[in-house]
Amino acid sequence: MGTAAVSIEHLGYRYPRQSNIFTDLNLQIEAGERFGIFGPNGAGKTTLMHCMTGLLSFQQGKLSLFGNDIATNKKETNKLFGFVPQDFSFYQELSPVQNLEFFGAWCGLNKQAIKQRTTELLEILGLADVRNKQVQKFSGGMKRRVNLAIGVIHDPRILFLDEPTVGVDIQTRNAIINYLKELNKSGTTLIYTSHQLSEAEELCNKIALIEAGEIIAHNTLDNLLSEHKEDGLEGLYLNLTGKAYRDGNV
Amino acid sequence: MYKLWATIKKDISVLLRDKVGLTLMFTMPIVLAIVITTIQNSTFELVNNNKVPLLLCNRDTGDASKQLITAIEKVGMFDIKQVTQNQTDKEIIDRMHAKDALVAVIIPANFSEKIVANAKNISGKALNNFGLQADTTKASADNVEPLTLYYHPVLQTSFRLSVNGALRSSLQLVQNKQILKSLYFALNEKELPKNLEDEVVNENVPINEISVSRDGTRNIPNATQHNIPAWTIFAMFFIVISLGSSVVREKLNGSFVRLKTLPTNYLVALISKQLTYLLVTMVQAICIFAIGIWLFPIMGLPKLNLPSDLFGLLIVLLICGWCAVSFAICVGVFAQTQEQANGIGAVSVVLLAAIGGILVPSFAMPASFHLIIQLSPLHWALEAFYGLFLEGGKLKDILINILPLLIITILIQIITLWGLKRKNLI
Repeated sequence: MGTAAVSIEHLGYRYPRQSNIFTDLNLQIEAGERFGIFGPNGAGKTTLMHCMTGLLSFQQGKLSLFGNDIATNKKETNKLFGFVPQDFSFYQELSPVQNLEFFGAWCGLNKQAIKQRTTELLEILGLADVRNKQVQKFSGGMKRRVNLAIGVIHDPRILFLDEPTVGVDIQTRNAIINYLKELNKSGTTLIYTSHQLSEAEELCNKIALIEAGEIIAHNTLDNLLSEHKEDGLEGLYLNLTGKAYRDGNV
Repeated sequence: MYKLWATIKKDISVLLRDKVGLTLMFTMPIVLAIVITTIQNSTFELVNNNKVPLLLCNRDTGDASKQLITAIEKVGMFDIKQVTQNQTDKEIIDRMHAKDALVAVIIPANFSEKIVANAKNISGKALNNFGLQADTTKASADNVEPLTLYYHPVLQTSFRLSVNGALRSSLQLVQNKQILKSLYFALNEKELPKNLEDEVVNENVPINEISVSRDGTRNIPNATQHNIPAWTIFAMFFIVISLGSSVVREKLNGSFVRLKTLPTNYLVALISKQLTYLLVTMVQAICIFAIGIWLFPIMGLPKLNLPSDLFGLLIVLLICGWCAVSFAICVGVFAQTQEQANGIGAVSVVLLAAIGGILVPSFAMPASFHLIIQLSPLHWALEAFYGLFLEGGKLKDILINILPLLIITILIQIITLWGLKRKNLI
């Protein structure tokens, strides 16, 4: 077995002055997987993703990306992954080219590499015609594509995606999903979270369901469906997490 | 290095898109400098160039009053308009209300007679004291009727006191002359010779006026030399509105979350912001100085004279700009929202300007403020600028002001880094 893209052992995390979110969480995500993390609101999906991206410092356990401990080797691990947050994480005052130039430099790319990747990405994601326009004036779908382009500018080995298609039209969603599949084929491990279960079914080959900070199911989608005698992810989800409202902590 | 360059490019692009912020950073201090200088210029001209208009009503017909008028003329600070002796006090007051004059002096009737009598009385007493026989004619010992001084209420106390002092000095001259004449007559039974009178009365101890400017020049301070440095400092610190908001905006929008996941330290962003906005403060200073040098003379205001030590000026500008930028970033790091950054930034800069002597001169503040004044970076910046612009000093002369400014800047930087660390941002 090769090195895991993500290895989480006995992870413990709690927000200041709050009870534990995770007490002893263990998870392995293999390189090349299209991994989906699902669960109701407040289950701990975003917290887990923020622990994996180093945005949150966990109190116990070990988390490594391709064998690099995230707690002790943050700079190296940060080079390994890209992150596409749910919010638009760029400068709306600037153009796509200006954003990619800036974030590319922060990813450690040189000027030439940035220029090449920018041309490539804007072409693939259908933004070449608006490359020098201010992003502020873009539609939601275009902004999502800019958000994605920035996340992959440095050709990361792992890509974390937090609801990457929320609020976009069918065409944009289709384009993004197809691009992500292409990216995965070229070797990028995708770690994805969303409430769009049909989209998740289309994209993910392995999933984990989280409930109250614990992983209650972790397998390939096919195995989980046959194990729980369900014919779709939505049925499986409701079967395992119940139908009650989950409003999280208020 | 490329990361830093790309970040500076990004910061400049973001800044150029912020038209409102840019307008505020440049037009606000320029407007303030022009308006305040114009207003203050008339006050400076009044003190330095103009004469105080004075209405003089002489109801006396004797020599002493004429001597008093000559003495007042010789003071040189009054533009005397004599009014006829039959004008009433009320008519004179009405003329003053009509802004015909700020000061009026009324010499009472029999002034000369009373001055002469008073002089004879004093000289008689003096001679008796010396054991000499005084004139047997009994001089009238009535008190001299006082001069009346009317002054317009707009006249500042210090200015009124200097007018009062000038009149008193003129009056003293006339009285001394009369006493001398009286003494001489009593001893010699003849009039005091004119040459001796001039020698005794006018031979005053000379006063050497020496300007304390470090380069020996005697530049009279004007509103431009005072206001341009002061409002340049204010403008530099007012970038807190744009820069403080920019830091908060970056923290609040998603870009900051992404920056934290990238293999570059946020310090690069901070250094970039400092360099970008330091450049802005330099451009601000150049604009305001250019206005002082070229636009003010066209507007009839005094021209700004740059100090002889231009290198010293550059150093002060750089340190002052760095301090302003550090302060703005500090506000941005600790503020939770843009509204907080704008509010705290604007109020704190106005407060620091007030206690720093930008709005009110430091020497005019109460003694209890003297320690607080020293906490304001604007105070040290202003002192350094005045050392160059008004005192003609060199860099070595203003090190005593630059060092505290530098220490305050470093302290602000440390607080900022502590804030970033505490919030897990670096």
